Amino acid sequence: MSQLRYLFFLGCTIPYRVSSYEVAARKVFSKLGIELVEMPDFNCCGLPVDPASHEMMVALAARNLCLAEQQGLNIITLCTGCATTLRKVNKMLKQDKGLRIQINEYLKPIDMEFQGTVEAKHFVQAFKEDLGFDKIKETIQVPLAGLRVAEHCGCHLLRPSKVMGYDDPEEPSALKGLIELTGAKCLDYADEAECCGYTVIAIDEKVALQLTREKLNHVKAAGAQALVTVCPSCHLMFDMQQSRIERMFSEKLGLPVLHYPQLLGLAMGFTPDELAFDELRVNPSKILDAVGGL
Amino acid sequence: MAENTEDSKNTEPIRLDPTFKYEVMKEHDGETLKVCFQCGTCTSSCPTARFSDSYRPRTILRMAQLGIRRKVLSSPTLWLCTACFTCTDRCPQDVEVASVLRVLRNLAIKEGQTPRIYSELASNIYETGYAYKIPEQRLRKRHEIGLPPLPKSTLDKVDKLIELVGGSKLVKSKEV
Repeated sequence: MSQLRYLFFLGCTIPYRVSSYEVAARKVFSKLGIELVEMPDFNCCGLPVDPASHEMMVALAARNLCLAEQQGLNIITLCTGCATTLRKVNKMLKQDKGLRIQINEYLKPIDMEFQGTVEAKHFVQAFKEDLGFDKIKETIQVPLAGLRVAEHCGCHLLRPSKVMGYDDPEEPSALKGLIELTGAKCLDYADEAECCGYTVIAIDEKVALQLTREKLNHVKAAGAQALVTVCPSCHLMFDMQQSRIERMFSEKLGLPVLHYPQLLGLAMGFTPDELAFDELRVNPSKILDAVGGL
Repeated sequence: MAENTEDSKNTEPIRLDPTFKYEVMKEHDGETLKVCFQCGTCTSSCPTARFSDSYRPRTILRMAQLGIRRKVLSSPTLWLCTACFTCTDRCPQDVEVASVLRVLRNLAIKEGQTPRIYSELASNIYETGYAYKIPEQRLRKRHEIGLPPLPKSTLDKVDKLIELVGGSKLVKSKEV
């Protein structure tokens, strides 16, 4: 089988605050035989400025897509926001000829032209469609049997469904399937598809943190020992903001939040140090003891 | 009630702008505003609406249809959309609810109502290529933990593109 090669779109949030995600992802991708080609000249995907200027978002995303076209490689992302933005703009520009002409006018002075020759995927979609679950199963060396976790897909992994389209946003199964490959049990909980609140934290902190808090409580009530995320922004809300939520609402949560590649990495036999567990804010030692004791 | 009397004294007459909906509808995905029949699926699916007393996507869409332009564009609640797209996915009329709300926010910004966060984000992209200014310390840490150096955008190209699409109006250093 030929090796999978992607252009690695890192985005902004991961290098800014969530490098544990990148460390673990690079380890497990390599083990899975996925080659990541660095993307030396990328810019912000565009999503953060969409509420302010849709044109600016489209142009920024289009430039990234053009860079990928120049390399002749499909894009893979760890961030759901980057994935949904690059996919959306790619689709818009492929389908809407008028828009493509307009955007190419903007791109011409910087020596670029959108042609519509590549795809962009979040790694969950790439694992499902390109790699296949069987290939992942072969890499499991230490099944995490006995571990109970819950998943948080994050809105942009699945929505808008017209753009994402590879899983049912009302009843998502891809991430659950990926979690169960590790041997861990993935529990259902109330309002699984609800938003983490990240995008409004700079506008109304209270609304944002109430959303985060409610999800953490639902996950705990279901009996999960950890929450598993696949987006740096969701992870920031559940992990980094957790102690603030505890103070704000005077309650103890203490729920470890892992990046999926950290969970998979443990099952592959990597050590917690190799997977940057020490970077997590909520102490994951309970999980590690449970796994170590299996 | 006394409270109501007080309210009615302070309430300015609502000005309707019958052309407002056309302004919204000419933007990408804004055209779906016209088929909203006010079922309320958006508001009942909205994560923000559960924790905010004032944010109601259905109400905002109705106000836009009716042309209550000033009140819609100056409303602070307009910025409370998380862009989760649940409303869009569930709308029985295929209204691009989240995108219509984005069109309204874009219009509000054109009228000078820019929440600080968006000029910060745009300025960061203009100055660094990234939405956040990544401190030197983090760059050194990448090296320490064995990550490759962080790529650097060709800023003159990114900035030229931002200027061409009119994004420099959002950039702080470009303010006049």
